[in-house]
Amino acid sequence: MTANIFDDLPADGATLARLHERLERSADVDGVLDVAYRTIDTPVGTLLLAATTVGLVRVAYDIEGHERVLAKLADAVSPRILRAPARLDAAARQIDEYFAKRRKAFEVPVDLRLADGFRRTVIEHLRDIAYGQRESYATVAAAVGNPRAVRAVGTACGHNPLPVVIPCHRVVRSDGSAGQYVGGPLAKSTLLGLESAGRE
Amino acid sequence: MQVRPFEDVVAEHGATVLRVCRAVVGPVDAEDAWSETFLSALRAYADLPDDANVEAWLVTIAHRRALDVGRARSRRATPTDAMPDRPAPHADPAARDPDLWAALQRLPTKQRQAVAYHHIAGLPFAEIADLLDNSPDAARRAAADGIKTLRKIYQKDQTS
Repeated sequence: MTANIFDDLPADGATLARLHERLERSADVDGVLDVAYRTIDTPVGTLLLAATTVGLVRVAYDIEGHERVLAKLADAVSPRILRAPARLDAAARQIDEYFAKRRKAFEVPVDLRLADGFRRTVIEHLRDIAYGQRESYATVAAAVGNPRAVRAVGTACGHNPLPVVIPCHRVVRSDGSAGQYVGGPLAKSTLLGLESAGRE
Repeated sequence: MQVRPFEDVVAEHGATVLRVCRAVVGPVDAEDAWSETFLSALRAYADLPDDANVEAWLVTIAHRRALDVGRARSRRATPTDAMPDRPAPHADPAARDPDLWAALQRLPTKQRQAVAYHHIAGLPFAEIADLLDNSPDAARRAAADGIKTLRKIYQKDQTS
């Protein structure tokens, strides 16, 4: 037998795209879409947004490696993951509005299952730091009742599963310098700059 | 080795499974069969063993779902021996290699399945035999006979 007669068939890109959309919808309706994700372009690069049926579970910067983040979600949450933008519509719109300075607080359900223990406590506290405000790592440590845990607060911020939406970028060094950030120093200064420019 | 996100499975195997579906149930029902296949696969995905051959697993599901789609069609449609020569108008232009898919529909079922599972999906005959409930030799013969007929019909169609 010579060449496979099926080798010359045209590509099915349009059909497969349509079938993928149909799969996204029926998987969601059937309750088997454990994690839906999409990406969104922002001034701080392309962000990956992922949501469970509970809420937004992960926001990830490019430099974290989106493939790696998805593989970790498959492990930590469920491998039943699809690129399915519909579930992220509200989150994506609000992030757009935030970068356009038309929004100061996010109002989307969140799923904090990726943060537990002390990290969870820190993450919960970060949600109370308002737009345009800053707190030092030491202040956060004191606020969560463990003033000596400054370094652990830094680690917790570095493992924030929802950067941008949960504002770990508002936690800075006591000397006023920005400090480290999961999205890189440039992203942190961009966010802080954006918010201080918006202050009245 | 951890289980990959299901999105990777769709990206990697979606096109092959679509061709298998077109070959087995015809271009008209192929999209339903594909959708049923991947929805069933997603449902069962968390239980898939780490060392499983994902494409073979998908083809097995497609084989069963194709039977379901076929049964649904025979329930709702007036029985007809001949498949339509052309795909439905809404079918994607890429699906219209009309003569090849039409030619496949003229093969006996087991030949069509053996051709699809071996020549499109690359399954070994031992596994195809399990699906077709026959022997590896019979599966091999079915595929060979199918291809032989297909070349005859298809090439005639192409030159006509």
